[in-house]
Amino acid sequence: MKQVYMDHSATTPVDPQVVDAMLPYFTEKFGNSSSFHSFGREAAKALSAARHKIADCIGAKSNEIIFTSGGTESDNLAILGTVGQYAGVSHIITSVIEHPAVLNTCAYLERIGHEVTYIPVDADGIIDIEALVSSIKENTVLISVMHANNEIGSIQPIREIADIANSKGIVFHTDAVQSLGKIPVNVNDLGVDLLSISSHKIHGPKGAGMLYIKDGTSISPIVFGGGHERGLRPGTENISGIVGLATAVDLAMQRYDVDSRHLLDLRNSLIEKTMATIDGVRLNGHSTKRLPNNVNLSFRSVEGESLLMMLDLKGIAVSTGSACSSKSLKASHVLASIGLAADFIHGSLRISLGRGNSMEDIDYLVSSLQEIVSRLREISAL
Amino acid sequence: MYSKKVIEQFTNPLNVGTIENADGIGEVGSTVDGDIITIYLKVDNGVLSEVKFKTFGCVVAISTSTIVTQLAKGKTIEEAQKITNDDVLNALDGLPEGKDRCSGFALDALNKAIDNYIEFKKD
Repeated sequence: MKQVYMDHSATTPVDPQVVDAMLPYFTEKFGNSSSFHSFGREAAKALSAARHKIADCIGAKSNEIIFTSGGTESDNLAILGTVGQYAGVSHIITSVIEHPAVLNTCAYLERIGHEVTYIPVDADGIIDIEALVSSIKENTVLISVMHANNEIGSIQPIREIADIANSKGIVFHTDAVQSLGKIPVNVNDLGVDLLSISSHKIHGPKGAGMLYIKDGTSISPIVFGGGHERGLRPGTENISGIVGLATAVDLAMQRYDVDSRHLLDLRNSLIEKTMATIDGVRLNGHSTKRLPNNVNLSFRSVEGESLLMMLDLKGIAVSTGSACSSKSLKASHVLASIGLAADFIHGSLRISLGRGNSMEDIDYLVSSLQEIVSRLREISAL
Repeated sequence: MYSKKVIEQFTNPLNVGTIENADGIGEVGSTVDGDIITIYLKVDNGVLSEVKFKTFGCVVAISTSTIVTQLAKGKTIEEAQKITNDDVLNALDGLPEGKDRCSGFALDALNKAIDNYIEFKKD
């Protein structure tokens, strides 16, 4: 059966070039970078090269890169590590559409006595800057707002928020897990203090990620051990994963122009063709301030998990904000926050494109959707 | 994941549709929950001669809806009222963990339709 993967915001296949770069670090170059001998020095050299490569790609200095196990850990380290610098009750500002890695870390901080303000977004999924400014308090220590949303792809005004945070002396963190490789990610242009990156969203291996920590920004570790990663992330480094991450970031930068144009063509064509041929479809998220690889559609009178299953039977892999398909059995908090009616949330479909997708894939998806949506509407009680 | 039976029933559901001048109609669910199941009955001499459904909902909602109509069709009112959730689950070779919580909705809709018929007959 034909297989079409269009769920790249969930994860991506590892690029063969990335695999090639990683392989020697499992068998021949397996050393511990902390060791004195040649094996250790080889690992330390790879670690340093990876750090320099990534720093170059995002406009950072190599000492500003801390390797982690992925996006979730980077977000945790950024938030808990910043709060850990202050005595007493801290106040954190974030948005209602953040990834659970941020929202659940903030919920934990609330449980142990800290304060969190969740800033709303408008109907397009863009953060309310005025509400953010007016929520700043004496004890606000951190603002954390994602660069681009993982469900609806809305791109947030990061520079604007950074300027506000900087002028008030508040640390500013952004989760750039979805945006890297799709839109420009340069820490100087964005003006951020902390920035999270994950490897497996950009054709790198799972289990690797990093946190950019701007010089002069102090954070506390959240795990304790040896002195790895300047003591901020102790534990023997995942050298193969880090080499994979660095190679993936490098490839993403090299292919940026070609990839982003290709994705944009596919995205716009998918939206256009679906809206033109199927009734009762709604595009969720901003029409232009959105990731070039993200399409989020709602289909009236059909439910997302049923759509997902029918598409899966045709070999098409996508995702939904419907409650029934999630582990928690809760509908998407992001779609609820943009004011979408419940039936449209349950009927939502996220298509996240990747560099491997073609216009043929788009046409296959659109024709499959035409057939499936009409079939499910025949069955539907709505 | 879902059993073969569930996928079969989901992709080729029997008894989809409405019944004009139905003798009983039962609806459960809401758009907020993401499931709306409506079951329509035609009753001849105390037997459910026709049972149809319309369902907005997930794989479980659609596959249990069609199974409930198949189990009920041809049965007397009394027999149909004795259909249990286990009968539905067995007919589908079970449901994945966590998915069985919605399995009773279609049966609720059937029982509502039967109650609606009994109520209607009294008038």
